[in-house]
Amino acid sequence: MGLGPAGGGMSTFGGALEFIVDRHELVLDKTWEHLVLSGAALGVALAIAVPLGVGLGHLHRGSFVAINLANVGRALPSLAVIGLGLAFLGFGFANVLVALVILAVPPILTNAYVAVDEVEPEAVDAARGMGMTSWQILRRIELPLALPLLFAGIRTASVYVVASATLAAIAGGGGLGEILFNQASYRLEGVVGAAIVVSALALAADALLGLLQRVLTPRGVRSDVPAFEPDVVHAGTA
Amino acid sequence: MNDGPVIPDFGQATECVRENRLFCTEWVRDNWEPVLQPALLQHVKLTVIAVLVGFAIAFGAALLAHRYGFVERPFALVSAVLYTIPGIALFQLLVPITGISVLTVEVALVGYTLLILFRNVLEGLRATPPEVLEAARGMGLTTRQTLWRVELPLALPAIIAGLRVATVSTIALATIAAFVIPEGLGRPIFTALREYFKTEIIAAGALAILLAVTADLGLVLLQRALTPWASARRVAA
Repeated sequence: MGLGPAGGGMSTFGGALEFIVDRHELVLDKTWEHLVLSGAALGVALAIAVPLGVGLGHLHRGSFVAINLANVGRALPSLAVIGLGLAFLGFGFANVLVALVILAVPPILTNAYVAVDEVEPEAVDAARGMGMTSWQILRRIELPLALPLLFAGIRTASVYVVASATLAAIAGGGGLGEILFNQASYRLEGVVGAAIVVSALALAADALLGLLQRVLTPRGVRSDVPAFEPDVVHAGTA
Repeated sequence: MNDGPVIPDFGQATECVRENRLFCTEWVRDNWEPVLQPALLQHVKLTVIAVLVGFAIAFGAALLAHRYGFVERPFALVSAVLYTIPGIALFQLLVPITGISVLTVEVALVGYTLLILFRNVLEGLRATPPEVLEAARGMGLTTRQTLWRVELPLALPAIIAGLRVATVSTIALATIAAFVIPEGLGRPIFTALREYFKTEIIAAGALAILLAVTADLGLVLLQRALTPWASARRVAA
Protein backbone atom coordinates (compact mmCIF):
# COMPACT_ATOMS: atom_id res chain seq x y z
CA MET A 1 0.00 0.00 0.00
CA GLY A 2 1.27 3.46 -0.78
CA LEU A 3 2.69 4.32 2.59
CA GLY A 4 4.54 7.60 2.33
CA PRO A 5 7.59 8.51 4.36
CA ALA A 6 6.97 8.06 8.06
CA GLY A 7 8.14 11.59 8.86
CA GLY A 8 6.32 13.58 11.49
CA GLY A 9 7.30 11.57 14.54
CA MET A 10 5.26 12.55 17.58
CA SER A 11 3.57 15.41 15.72
CA THR A 12 1.72 12.75 13.73
CA PHE A 13 -0.20 11.93 16.89
CA GLY A 14 -1.24 15.56 17.24
CA GLY A 15 -2.36 15.47 13.64
CA ALA A 16 -4.19 12.24 14.29
CA LEU A 17 -6.15 13.74 17.17
CA GLU A 18 -6.90 16.77 15.00
CA PHE A 19 -8.18 14.41 12.31
CA ILE A 20 -10.53 12.74 14.79
CA VAL A 21 -11.90 16.13 15.87
CA ASP A 22 -12.07 17.74 12.43
CA ARG A 23 -13.56 14.74 10.69
CA HIS A 24 -15.68 13.58 13.61
CA GLU A 25 -18.71 12.96 11.41
CA LEU A 26 -16.78 10.52 9.23
CA VAL A 27 -15.10 8.95 12.26
CA LEU A 28 -18.42 8.51 14.10
CA ASP A 29 -20.03 7.09 11.00
CA LYS A 30 -17.29 4.50 10.51
CA THR A 31 -17.20 3.75 14.24
CA TRP A 32 -20.94 3.03 14.11
CA GLU A 33 -20.44 0.70 11.11
CA HIS A 34 -17.62 -0.96 12.99
CA LEU A 35 -19.81 -1.53 16.06
CA VAL A 36 -22.76 -2.82 14.02
CA LEU A 37 -20.55 -5.33 12.20
CA SER A 38 -18.82 -6.42 15.42
CA GLY A 39 -22.11 -6.64 17.31
CA ALA A 40 -23.79 -8.66 14.58
CA ALA A 41 -20.88 -11.10 14.38
CA LEU A 42 -20.75 -11.46 18.14
CA GLY A 43 -24.50 -11.97 18.33
CA VAL A 44 -24.46 -14.79 15.79
CA ALA A 45 -21.41 -16.35 17.43
CA LEU A 46 -23.08 -16.24 20.84
CA ALA A 47 -26.24 -17.83 19.49
CA ILE A 48 -24.20 -20.71 18.08
CA ALA A 49 -21.44 -21.18 20.64
CA VAL A 50 -23.10 -20.65 24.02
CA PRO A 51 -25.89 -23.27 23.70
CA LEU A 52 -23.49 -25.72 22.08
CA GLY A 53 -20.70 -25.24 24.62
CA VAL A 54 -23.02 -25.21 27.63
CA GLY A 55 -24.93 -28.24 26.31
CA LEU A 56 -21.79 -30.28 25.69
CA GLY A 57 -20.38 -29.24 29.05
CA HIS A 58 -23.59 -30.26 30.80
CA LEU A 59 -23.46 -33.68 29.16
CA HIS A 60 -19.65 -33.89 29.60
CA ARG A 61 -19.40 -34.91 25.96
CA GLY A 62 -17.10 -33.93 23.12
CA SER A 63 -14.27 -32.63 25.32
CA PHE A 64 -11.63 -33.26 22.67
CA VAL A 65 -13.35 -31.11 20.08
CA ALA A 66 -14.51 -28.44 22.51
CA ILE A 67 -11.11 -27.93 24.11
CA ASN A 68 -9.02 -28.16 20.98
CA LEU A 69 -11.30 -25.85 19.05
CA ALA A 70 -9.74 -22.90 20.87
CA ASN A 71 -6.28 -23.97 19.70
CA VAL A 72 -7.49 -24.38 16.14
CA GLY A 73 -9.25 -21.03 16.33
CA ARG A 74 -6.12 -19.27 17.45
CA ALA A 75 -4.24 -20.75 14.52
CA LEU A 76 -6.60 -19.08 12.07
CA PRO A 77 -5.09 -15.78 10.96
CA SER A 78 -8.00 -13.34 10.68
CA LEU A 79 -6.61 -12.01 7.40
CA ALA A 80 -6.55 -15.53 5.96
CA VAL A 81 -10.09 -16.23 7.16
CA ILE A 82 -11.45 -13.02 5.66
CA GLY A 83 -9.47 -13.72 2.49
CA LEU A 84 -10.82 -17.25 2.23
CA GLY A 85 -14.33 -15.95 2.91
CA LEU A 86 -13.81 -13.54 0.05
CA ALA A 87 -12.57 -16.26 -2.28
CA PHE A 88 -15.50 -18.55 -1.55
CA LEU A 89 -18.31 -16.08 -0.92
CA GLY A 90 -17.38 -12.86 -2.71
CA PHE A 91 -17.37 -9.25 -1.44
CA GLY A 92 -19.74 -7.68 1.04
CA PHE A 93 -21.09 -7.47 4.58
CA ALA A 94 -22.45 -11.04 4.69
CA ASN A 95 -19.20 -12.88 4.04
CA VAL A 96 -17.26 -10.63 6.38
CA LEU A 97 -19.87 -11.49 8.97
CA VAL A 98 -19.31 -15.21 8.33
CA ALA A 99 -15.53 -14.78 8.68
CA LEU A 100 -15.89 -12.85 11.94
CA VAL A 101 -18.30 -15.45 13.32
CA ILE A 102 -15.78 -18.19 12.52
CA LEU A 103 -13.18 -16.23 14.47
CA ALA A 104 -15.47 -15.56 17.44
CA VAL A 105 -16.98 -19.01 17.97
CA PRO A 106 -13.89 -20.96 19.23
CA PRO A 107 -13.05 -18.91 22.35
CA ILE A 108 -16.74 -18.68 23.37
CA LEU A 109 -17.45 -22.36 22.77
CA THR A 110 -14.33 -23.63 24.53
CA ASN A 111 -14.81 -21.44 27.56
CA ALA A 112 -18.52 -22.28 27.80
CA TYR A 113 -17.70 -25.97 27.63
CA VAL A 114 -14.89 -25.89 30.18
CA ALA A 115 -16.87 -23.61 32.50
CA VAL A 116 -19.86 -25.97 32.71
CA ASP A 117 -17.85 -29.19 32.47
CA GLU A 118 -15.67 -28.22 35.43
CA VAL A 119 -18.41 -27.26 37.84
CA GLU A 120 -17.66 -29.20 41.01
CA PRO A 121 -19.30 -32.62 40.75
CA GLU A 122 -20.12 -32.41 44.48
CA ALA A 123 -22.37 -29.43 43.85
CA VAL A 124 -24.13 -31.24 41.01
CA ASP A 125 -24.48 -34.41 43.10
CA ALA A 126 -25.93 -32.43 45.99
CA ALA A 127 -28.44 -30.81 43.64
CA ARG A 128 -29.41 -34.17 42.25
CA GLY A 129 -29.77 -35.48 45.77
CA MET A 130 -32.18 -32.62 46.47
CA GLY A 131 -34.29 -33.96 43.64
CA MET A 132 -33.48 -31.35 40.99
CA THR A 133 -34.05 -32.32 37.38
CA SER A 134 -31.24 -32.17 34.83
CA TRP A 135 -32.65 -28.89 33.52
CA GLN A 136 -32.87 -27.37 37.00
CA ILE A 137 -29.29 -28.41 37.71
CA LEU A 138 -28.16 -26.69 34.55
CA ARG A 139 -30.12 -23.51 35.20
CA ARG A 140 -29.66 -23.13 38.94
CA ILE A 141 -26.32 -24.77 39.69
CA GLU A 142 -24.10 -25.11 36.67
CA LEU A 143 -24.85 -21.87 34.84
CA PRO A 144 -24.38 -19.52 37.80
CA LEU A 145 -21.14 -21.26 38.74
CA ALA A 146 -19.94 -21.28 35.12
CA LEU A 147 -20.75 -17.63 34.47
CA PRO A 148 -17.32 -16.10 35.22
CA LEU A 149 -15.45 -18.38 32.82
CA LEU A 150 -18.18 -18.22 30.24
CA PHE A 151 -17.94 -14.45 30.30
CA ALA A 152 -14.16 -14.53 30.04
CA GLY A 153 -14.59 -16.32 26.71
CA ILE A 154 -17.13 -13.79 25.47
CA ARG A 155 -14.75 -11.04 26.49
CA THR A 156 -11.84 -12.58 24.57
CA ALA A 157 -14.04 -13.04 21.52
CA SER A 158 -15.35 -9.46 21.64
CA VAL A 159 -11.90 -7.93 21.67
CA TYR A 160 -10.89 -10.26 18.87
CA VAL A 161 -13.92 -9.37 16.77
CA VAL A 162 -13.50 -5.62 17.24
CA ALA A 163 -9.87 -5.98 16.14
CA SER A 164 -10.61 -8.24 13.18
CA ALA A 165 -13.53 -6.11 12.01
CA THR A 166 -10.89 -3.59 10.99
CA LEU A 167 -9.85 -5.98 8.24
CA ALA A 168 -13.44 -6.07 7.03
CA ALA A 169 -12.80 -2.95 4.98
CA ILE A 170 -10.66 -4.98 2.58
CA ALA A 171 -13.63 -7.18 1.80
CA GLY A 172 -16.15 -4.36 1.48
CA GLY A 173 -17.54 -4.73 5.00
CA GLY A 174 -17.10 -1.08 6.01
CA GLY A 175 -15.98 0.11 9.44
CA LEU A 176 -12.93 1.98 10.68
CA GLY A 177 -10.70 -0.10 8.43
CA GLU A 178 -11.91 2.05 5.56
CA ILE A 179 -9.94 4.92 7.05
CA LEU A 180 -7.11 2.79 8.38
CA PHE A 181 -6.38 1.17 5.02
CA ASN A 182 -6.84 4.28 2.92
CA GLN A 183 -3.76 6.32 3.52
CA ALA A 184 -4.02 7.73 0.01
CA SER A 185 -7.17 9.65 1.04
CA TYR A 186 -6.65 10.25 4.73
CA ARG A 187 -2.83 10.46 5.03
CA LEU A 188 -0.86 9.01 7.93
CA GLU A 189 -2.73 11.30 10.37
CA GLY A 190 -6.05 9.74 9.40
CA VAL A 191 -4.61 6.22 9.55
CA VAL A 192 -3.15 6.80 13.01
CA GLY A 193 -6.37 8.53 14.09
CA ALA A 194 -8.41 5.49 13.05
CA ALA A 195 -5.89 3.25 14.82
CA ILE A 196 -6.41 5.27 18.01
CA VAL A 197 -10.20 4.93 17.74
CA VAL A 198 -10.01 1.16 17.06
CA SER A 199 -7.70 0.71 20.05
CA ALA A 200 -10.03 2.73 22.26
CA LEU A 201 -12.99 0.60 21.10
CA ALA A 202 -11.17 -2.65 21.91
CA LEU A 203 -10.04 -1.41 25.33
CA ALA A 204 -13.55 -0.11 26.08
CA ALA A 205 -15.16 -3.41 25.04
CA ASP A 206 -12.71 -5.30 27.24
CA ALA A 207 -13.29 -3.02 30.24
CA LEU A 208 -17.07 -3.03 29.82
CA LEU A 209 -17.32 -6.80 29.58
CA GLY A 210 -14.91 -7.18 32.49
CA LEU A 211 -17.24 -5.02 34.56
CA LEU A 212 -20.31 -6.94 33.40
CA GLN A 213 -18.53 -10.19 34.22
CA ARG A 214 -17.93 -9.01 37.77
CA VAL A 215 -21.51 -7.81 38.22
CA LEU A 216 -23.00 -11.05 36.91
CA THR A 217 -20.78 -13.30 39.00
CA PRO A 218 -22.62 -14.76 42.01
CA ARG A 219 -21.26 -13.36 45.24
CA GLY A 220 -20.26 -16.80 46.47
CA VAL A 221 -17.74 -17.40 43.71
CA ARG A 222 -16.56 -13.82 43.41
CA SER A 223 -13.32 -14.43 45.33
CA ASP A 224 -11.35 -15.76 42.40
CA VAL A 225 -12.38 -14.57 38.98
CA PRO A 226 -9.28 -14.91 36.87
CA ALA A 227 -9.32 -14.00 33.21
CA PHE A 228 -9.57 -17.58 32.11
CA GLU A 229 -6.86 -18.95 29.89
CA PRO A 230 -7.48 -22.63 29.13
CA ASP A 231 -3.81 -23.13 28.41
CA VAL A 232 -2.74 -22.26 31.90
CA VAL A 233 -5.14 -24.72 33.44
CA HIS A 234 -4.80 -27.45 30.86
CA ALA A 235 -1.07 -27.20 30.49
CA GLY A 236 -0.87 -30.91 29.71
CA THR A 237 -3.70 -31.09 27.19
CA ALA A 238 -2.41 -31.57 23.68
CA MET B 1 1.99 -4.19 -2.72
CA ASN B 2 4.08 -1.60 -4.51
CA ASP B 3 5.98 -3.82 -6.91
CA GLY B 4 4.87 -6.66 -9.09
CA PRO B 5 2.05 -6.42 -11.57
CA VAL B 6 -1.29 -5.44 -10.13
CA ILE B 7 -3.08 -7.27 -12.88
CA PRO B 8 -2.17 -10.93 -13.39
CA ASP B 9 -0.14 -11.57 -16.50
CA PHE B 10 -2.93 -12.74 -18.76
CA GLY B 11 -0.51 -13.31 -21.64
CA GLN B 12 0.97 -16.50 -20.26
CA ALA B 13 -1.65 -17.39 -17.70
CA THR B 14 -3.40 -20.70 -17.98
CA GLU B 15 -7.10 -20.89 -18.63
CA CYS B 16 -7.73 -21.66 -14.99
CA VAL B 17 -5.95 -18.48 -13.90
CA ARG B 18 -7.58 -16.37 -16.63
CA GLU B 19 -11.00 -17.47 -15.52
CA ASN B 20 -10.01 -17.02 -11.86
CA ARG B 21 -11.31 -20.40 -10.87
CA LEU B 22 -11.30 -21.34 -7.20
CA PHE B 23 -7.92 -23.07 -7.14
CA CYS B 24 -5.31 -23.54 -9.88
CA THR B 25 -2.70 -26.10 -8.86
CA GLU B 26 -0.34 -25.20 -11.69
CA TRP B 27 -0.19 -21.58 -10.55
CA VAL B 28 0.91 -22.71 -7.09
CA ARG B 29 3.53 -24.98 -8.63
CA ASP B 30 4.90 -22.20 -10.83
CA ASN B 31 4.83 -19.56 -8.12
CA TRP B 32 6.06 -21.61 -5.21
CA GLU B 33 9.67 -20.55 -5.61
CA PRO B 34 9.28 -16.90 -6.62
CA VAL B 35 6.33 -15.98 -4.38
CA LEU B 36 5.17 -18.44 -1.74
CA GLN B 37 8.40 -19.92 -0.45
CA PRO B 38 10.15 -16.58 0.26
CA ALA B 39 6.98 -15.29 1.95
CA LEU B 40 6.83 -18.42 4.09
CA LEU B 41 10.47 -18.09 5.13
CA GLN B 42 10.03 -14.39 5.97
CA HIS B 43 7.00 -15.33 8.00
CA VAL B 44 8.95 -17.92 9.97
CA LYS B 45 11.73 -15.40 10.58
CA LEU B 46 9.35 -12.67 11.79
CA THR B 47 7.71 -15.17 14.13
CA VAL B 48 10.88 -16.73 15.53
CA ILE B 49 12.45 -13.36 16.34
CA ALA B 50 9.28 -12.09 17.98
CA VAL B 51 8.75 -15.19 20.11
CA LEU B 52 12.41 -15.40 21.19
CA VAL B 53 12.62 -11.72 22.17
CA GLY B 54 9.19 -11.83 23.78
CA PHE B 55 10.15 -14.94 25.72
CA ALA B 56 13.40 -13.38 26.96
CA ILE B 57 11.54 -10.31 28.25
CA ALA B 58 8.58 -12.20 29.70
CA PHE B 59 10.77 -14.86 31.30
CA GLY B 60 12.96 -12.25 32.97
CA ALA B 61 9.94 -10.35 34.18
CA ALA B 62 8.29 -13.51 35.48
CA LEU B 63 11.42 -14.50 37.44
CA LEU B 64 11.48 -11.01 38.93
CA ALA B 65 7.78 -11.19 39.77
CA HIS B 66 8.27 -14.63 41.31
CA ARG B 67 10.93 -13.20 43.61
CA TYR B 68 9.49 -9.71 44.14
CA GLY B 69 5.72 -9.89 44.03
CA PHE B 70 5.19 -6.17 43.41
CA VAL B 71 6.57 -6.50 39.85
CA GLU B 72 3.59 -8.60 38.78
CA ARG B 73 0.81 -6.01 38.67
CA PRO B 74 2.49 -3.29 36.60
CA PHE B 75 3.94 -5.75 34.09
CA ALA B 76 0.67 -7.64 33.76
CA LEU B 77 -1.25 -4.39 33.32
CA VAL B 78 1.01 -3.00 30.61
CA SER B 79 1.12 -6.30 28.72
CA ALA B 80 -2.67 -6.67 29.02
CA VAL B 81 -3.23 -3.23 27.47
CA LEU B 82 -0.77 -4.09 24.69
CA TYR B 83 -2.57 -7.38 24.16
CA THR B 84 -5.96 -5.70 23.86
CA ILE B 85 -4.95 -3.12 21.25
CA PRO B 86 -5.82 -4.56 17.82
CA GLY B 87 -2.74 -5.65 15.88
CA ILE B 88 -3.35 -3.58 12.81
CA ALA B 89 -3.90 -0.49 14.97
CA LEU B 90 -0.74 -1.10 16.99
CA PHE B 91 1.32 -1.38 13.80
CA GLN B 92 -0.02 1.94 12.59
CA LEU B 93 0.43 3.58 15.99
CA LEU B 94 4.11 2.60 15.92
CA VAL B 95 4.75 3.86 12.40
CA PRO B 96 5.21 7.52 13.46
CA ILE B 97 7.74 6.37 16.09
CA THR B 98 9.74 3.57 14.49
CA GLY B 99 8.91 4.17 10.82
CA ILE B 100 7.93 1.72 8.15
CA SER B 101 10.36 -0.97 9.17
CA VAL B 102 10.79 -4.50 10.41
CA LEU B 103 11.38 -2.93 13.82
CA THR B 104 7.80 -1.60 13.91
CA VAL B 105 6.43 -5.03 13.15
CA GLU B 106 8.69 -6.81 15.62
CA VAL B 107 7.95 -4.38 18.45
CA ALA B 108 4.24 -4.99 17.98
CA LEU B 109 4.60 -8.77 17.64
CA VAL B 110 6.81 -8.94 20.75
CA GLY B 111 4.29 -6.81 22.62
CA TYR B 112 1.58 -9.37 21.91
CA THR B 113 3.54 -12.35 23.22
CA LEU B 114 4.32 -10.75 26.59
CA LEU B 115 1.02 -11.27 28.41
CA ILE B 116 0.64 -14.96 27.58
CA LEU B 117 4.27 -15.86 28.22
CA PHE B 118 4.54 -13.84 31.42
CA ARG B 119 1.36 -15.30 32.86
CA ASN B 120 2.23 -18.88 31.98
CA VAL B 121 5.80 -18.75 33.27
CA LEU B 122 4.67 -17.15 36.52
CA GLU B 123 1.73 -19.54 37.02
CA GLY B 124 4.03 -22.44 36.26
CA LEU B 125 6.57 -21.32 38.84
CA ARG B 126 3.89 -20.74 41.45
CA ALA B 127 2.31 -24.14 40.91
CA THR B 128 5.21 -25.97 42.59
CA PRO B 129 3.68 -28.03 45.41
CA PRO B 130 4.75 -26.73 48.86
CA GLU B 131 5.92 -30.17 49.96
CA VAL B 132 8.33 -30.27 47.02
CA LEU B 133 9.71 -26.86 48.01
CA GLU B 134 10.08 -28.06 51.56
CA ALA B 135 11.92 -31.18 50.41
CA ALA B 136 14.26 -28.98 48.35
CA ARG B 137 14.94 -26.79 51.36
CA GLY B 138 15.47 -29.89 53.48
CA MET B 139 18.07 -31.12 51.00
CA GLY B 140 19.94 -27.87 51.53
CA LEU B 141 19.20 -26.25 48.17
CA THR B 142 19.59 -22.48 48.00
CA THR B 143 16.81 -20.28 46.56
CA ARG B 144 18.60 -20.13 43.23
CA GLN B 145 19.20 -23.88 43.12
CA THR B 146 15.55 -24.48 43.96
CA LEU B 147 14.51 -22.22 41.10
CA TRP B 148 16.69 -23.85 38.44
CA ARG B 149 16.54 -27.47 39.58
CA VAL B 150 13.03 -27.76 40.98
CA GLU B 151 10.65 -24.94 40.12
CA LEU B 152 11.62 -24.36 36.48
CA PRO B 153 11.60 -28.02 35.41
CA LEU B 154 8.19 -28.43 37.05
CA ALA B 155 6.96 -25.27 35.32
CA LEU B 156 8.05 -26.52 31.88
CA PRO B 157 4.63 -27.80 30.75
CA ALA B 158 3.02 -24.45 31.59
CA ILE B 159 5.89 -22.54 29.97
CA ILE B 160 5.67 -24.55 26.76
CA ALA B 161 1.89 -24.24 26.75
CA GLY B 162 2.45 -20.48 26.82
CA LEU B 163 5.00 -20.72 24.03
CA ARG B 164 2.44 -22.62 21.94
CA VAL B 165 -0.21 -19.96 22.31
CA ALA B 166 2.31 -17.16 21.76
CA THR B 167 3.79 -18.78 18.67
CA VAL B 168 0.48 -19.60 17.07
CA SER B 169 -0.97 -16.16 17.68
CA THR B 170 2.22 -14.51 16.45
CA ILE B 171 2.00 -16.50 13.22
CA ALA B 172 -1.59 -15.33 12.81
CA LEU B 173 -0.73 -11.75 13.63
CA ALA B 174 2.34 -11.64 11.41
CA THR B 175 0.10 -11.94 8.35
CA ILE B 176 -1.10 -8.42 9.11
CA ALA B 177 2.49 -7.18 9.09
CA ALA B 178 2.17 -7.00 5.32
CA PHE B 179 0.20 -3.79 5.75
CA VAL B 180 3.37 -2.15 7.03
CA ILE B 181 6.27 -4.00 5.37
CA PRO B 182 6.17 -6.22 2.29
CA GLU B 183 7.10 -9.38 4.16
CA GLY B 184 5.51 -12.61 5.26
CA LEU B 185 2.55 -14.60 4.05
CA GLY B 186 0.30 -11.59 4.46
CA ARG B 187 1.94 -10.11 1.41
CA PRO B 188 0.64 -12.60 -1.19
CA ILE B 189 -2.73 -12.65 0.60
CA PHE B 190 -2.93 -8.89 0.48
CA THR B 191 -1.82 -8.64 -3.16
CA ALA B 192 -4.27 -11.34 -4.15
CA LEU B 193 -7.08 -9.64 -2.24
CA ARG B 194 -6.54 -6.47 -4.24
CA GLU B 195 -6.58 -8.39 -7.50
CA TYR B 196 -9.24 -10.74 -6.21
CA PHE B 197 -7.12 -13.66 -7.40
CA LYS B 198 -8.66 -16.64 -5.62
CA THR B 199 -5.87 -19.20 -6.04
CA GLU B 200 -3.29 -16.97 -4.38
CA ILE B 201 -5.64 -16.01 -1.53
CA ILE B 202 -6.36 -19.66 -0.80
CA ALA B 203 -2.79 -20.88 -1.23
CA ALA B 204 -1.22 -18.22 0.98
CA GLY B 205 -4.05 -18.35 3.52
CA ALA B 206 -3.80 -22.12 3.77
CA LEU B 207 -0.01 -21.87 4.14
CA ALA B 208 -0.41 -19.46 7.07
CA ILE B 209 -2.86 -21.82 8.76
CA LEU B 210 -0.65 -24.87 8.05
CA LEU B 211 2.37 -23.07 9.47
CA ALA B 212 0.48 -22.32 12.68
CA VAL B 213 -0.74 -25.90 13.04
CA THR B 214 2.74 -27.31 12.33
CA ALA B 215 4.35 -24.98 14.88
CA ASP B 216 1.75 -25.98 17.44
CA LEU B 217 2.37 -29.70 16.89
CA GLY B 218 6.14 -29.17 16.97
CA LEU B 219 5.90 -27.50 20.36
CA VAL B 220 3.71 -30.32 21.69
CA LEU B 221 6.41 -32.80 20.67
CA LEU B 222 9.06 -30.58 22.27
CA GLN B 223 7.07 -30.54 25.47
CA ARG B 224 6.80 -34.33 25.49
CA ALA B 225 10.54 -34.67 24.87
CA LEU B 226 11.45 -32.19 27.61
CA THR B 227 9.07 -33.51 30.24
CA PRO B 228 9.19 -37.31 29.99
CA TRP B 229 7.82 -37.61 33.54
CA ALA B 230 4.55 -35.98 32.44
CA SER B 231 3.86 -38.60 29.78
CA ALA B 232 4.93 -41.39 32.13
CA ARG B 233 2.28 -40.11 34.50
CA ARG B 234 -0.21 -39.95 31.65
CA VAL B 235 0.42 -43.60 30.84
CA ALA B 236 0.15 -44.57 34.49
CA ALA B 237 -3.12 -42.71 34.93
